[in-house]
Amino acid sequence: MLVVLIAIVATACIAPLWTHRWQLPRSWLATMPAACFVLCLSWWPEVNAGAVILQSWAWMPSIGLSLSFFIDGLSLLFLLLITGIGTFIALYASSYLKNHTDEGRFLFWLFLFMASMLGLVASDNLLAMFVFWELTSITSYMLIGFHHESEKSRKLALQGLFITVGGGLLLMTGFIMLGSLAGTYELSEIVQLSITDQSPFVDAMLVFILIGAFTKSAQFPFHFWLPNAMAAPTPVSAFLHSATMVKAGVFLMARLHPTFAEQSLWSSAQLWAGAATMLLGAWMAYISTDLKKVLAYSTVMALGTLTLLLGIGTEYALIGFVSYLLAHSLYKASLFMLAGGIDHSTGTKDLARLQGLRVAMPITFVLTIVGALSLAGLPPLFGFIGKELLLEAGLGADLWVITTVVLAAALVAGVSLTLIVKPFLGSPVSLPKSPHEASPAMLAGPLVLLTLAVLFGLFPFLAQEGLVRTAVHAVAGFEMGVTLKLWHGVNTALVLSGLSLLAGALLMVLWVRSRPMAQLTLRWSERYGPESGYFRMMAGIVGFSAWQTRIIQNGRLGIYMIVLILATLTPVAWVLVESVGWPGWFATLNPTIYEWAMVALMLVSTAFAVITRSRFASIISLGALGFSVALIFVHFSAPDLGITQVLVETLTVLLLVLVLIRVPGFARFSSKAEVARDAAVALFAGFVLSWVVLAALSVQWAPSIAEYFVENSYELGKGRNIVNVILVDFRALDTLGEIFVLAIAALGVYSMLKLRGGSDRGET
Amino acid sequence: MAKPELAHAEADSLILRTAALVILPLQLVFSVFLLLRGHDEPGGGFIGGLVASGSLALYLYAFDVHALKRLLRVSPKDLLAVGLLLGLAATLPSVFLGEAFFTAQWLQLSLGDNLVKISTVLVFDIGVYLTVVGTLVTMLIALAESQLEEQ
Repeated sequence: MLVVLIAIVATACIAPLWTHRWQLPRSWLATMPAACFVLCLSWWPEVNAGAVILQSWAWMPSIGLSLSFFIDGLSLLFLLLITGIGTFIALYASSYLKNHTDEGRFLFWLFLFMASMLGLVASDNLLAMFVFWELTSITSYMLIGFHHESEKSRKLALQGLFITVGGGLLLMTGFIMLGSLAGTYELSEIVQLSITDQSPFVDAMLVFILIGAFTKSAQFPFHFWLPNAMAAPTPVSAFLHSATMVKAGVFLMARLHPTFAEQSLWSSAQLWAGAATMLLGAWMAYISTDLKKVLAYSTVMALGTLTLLLGIGTEYALIGFVSYLLAHSLYKASLFMLAGGIDHSTGTKDLARLQGLRVAMPITFVLTIVGALSLAGLPPLFGFIGKELLLEAGLGADLWVITTVVLAAALVAGVSLTLIVKPFLGSPVSLPKSPHEASPAMLAGPLVLLTLAVLFGLFPFLAQEGLVRTAVHAVAGFEMGVTLKLWHGVNTALVLSGLSLLAGALLMVLWVRSRPMAQLTLRWSERYGPESGYFRMMAGIVGFSAWQTRIIQNGRLGIYMIVLILATLTPVAWVLVESVGWPGWFATLNPTIYEWAMVALMLVSTAFAVITRSRFASIISLGALGFSVALIFVHFSAPDLGITQVLVETLTVLLLVLVLIRVPGFARFSSKAEVARDAAVALFAGFVLSWVVLAALSVQWAPSIAEYFVENSYELGKGRNIVNVILVDFRALDTLGEIFVLAIAALGVYSMLKLRGGSDRGET
Repeated sequence: MAKPELAHAEADSLILRTAALVILPLQLVFSVFLLLRGHDEPGGGFIGGLVASGSLALYLYAFDVHALKRLLRVSPKDLLAVGLLLGLAATLPSVFLGEAFFTAQWLQLSLGDNLVKISTVLVFDIGVYLTVVGTLVTMLIALAESQLEEQ
């Protein structure tokens, strides 16, 4: 698994060079995900035999974080979908974005996304999964905002990011709660558990995890970011926003299904949110006219359906869940790719304008028929099987569930029939570009995926034995008989299916006539829907931060310092007074004459730095202060610290000289009262900090680790210089963090000096 | 002291220049010495980096910012980036060997009587060295340049 991840990340890194520097054919890049697909396929025999593949690399054993992978039926299904569809997306993108100036950047983020998504579904560790989860949000943000010159595109990308990352924050809380409840962070162990106890703690955990999953999978009321994410180039919409990323939430819910199936809060929340999302998505898909928006809302519908099926949770529902998921990935990615082809060749994706394309784009036409019929759920396509199972599952649940299912199915049937009829039939009209057939690279994906959809439909046995059975096993948590059949005989589900198709046909006929009404509804929902709530909240946050910036950061450095110092040190002083007290031990010290001299030196240089009228004298005497500190280090035999202190002081003085040379000499601006106030704050800060240092020496919360370092420095760290061994071996992670801080500080200084006032002074 | 002194022209001292030319190479070599011996004796990447930056700062004061940039040839920001990359690179070998992330890996070679220790720790220390130099020189050059621009 690690090999797969590294391969994809490596592809991401070379993609920009590949396309821009070396000018090699882009489509070759698609071979990498294809190779990974084959690699994932090699695990299939084992997984299909009922085994679970666990791979683990220790990462931070001390906090239970390991890079471990857990491959069972469910994750293998996702791995195959991601790498398989990913191959065709890479192929498609190579043609779709040909000669775009930012093609390299695009491919970089696309492959990076692929790696994060693969990591997400294969992760065994909750914490690692969360990291991958966030990575998909970030890469998705970069991809939605690909056309970063457009303000709208940036705004919508940010919206997707805020919603998914906001949910991610809650998800992390939920994961940590789950980890502490289950006593392990390994999913392979968690899915063995069944958490049945009821407590506010469990409820809170379920709510956090659900919100995380709902935001990612665009469930009502967080659904609005997904259609807006269609600002991204089409390959991204097809890959991230229909086939993979948005399924992450659904994946998570399915993954945890065995653990939480007994929790009524878990399943009823899924039931309600799923049903609402499904109906809303189907309705919005019907009233939208933008081709990509229509598909996006039908994706929202599908995600709602999947959540609903998990919420129902019966055997039929779980089989339906996996089948529907597979069917949806196959046809939706294809439909998006086909829609992108239409957009690319005609220059418009307005469904109301497109007409009569069947002559110019015959292959696209045929493929769209297959894809749309699968979406509508017509035999003999795999979508039909998914839909029949959905109806069966709905019949087993409450009446309102089956009613919403049938309603949504009718709307979707209407949408999918419209997708066939409206753009392709009728007489050709004039369009922004004269239409032509899409290139082979753009048609390859839909062709293969839809062929699979037909094959699985005609021979459901293939899908059942190949993928569905083991995946259902993983979701249910136990083995169960799975039989997929195209023909169930005439039963209630079939009658309902037929009814919904008839209603769909009627809706299709009414499509053109219903447009004015649809426009009205769209405008209404824009004004009062959850999205307006999002915008109002964002405006509120901006307003609040502007207000507090005016109050706290009024442009005077002195005030900033006072606020900063008081805000940090007052609580510290409080703790000292409350629970530590005044350390008495140092009164018994008996300093030597050298120590007295050093103290005197420090006091004098400090006092001089404060009272002198010359900036340079002030800097130099601060330097003197630093050197006397170095003397103390040397005196107490800490040569490393001494050397470092001397060097840092020297360089600080040099840097200060360079900075202060730019400001005019000291002048008096402050009134007496202000000087007194500043002095009081400074004395307070100095006093509290000294107290902290003194108290730190006398308070010992945990056993000292100094001994450990002294003993093991040479044994484990192979070095005699303990300070250095601590820095680069025992506590190397801290050092790594520190050098990053250094780098950020340097870039901060650089950008402050170079990019002042927003004027671009160019590179050095 | 109405006018700030030490604008770069006024620091044009023959003694400083001559001294800088002699000290710079010595100090750079010394910094590498400190870096390499750091694991057993006082020194290390951080101290070495500071010493090296000190020598470059001296050169900056003795000559000017253009001379320093000519001397460096590469942008200090690149040093910074290479340093961080080396730091990160040192974390990975252990993962491939199946140990915890960032576990130090050692290779001990005996050359004659001497034991030479090559390790990811050394790579990491070199990363620290370069980051420190990169940070300080980036700041120094940025400050010196903005001062030039104002004149």
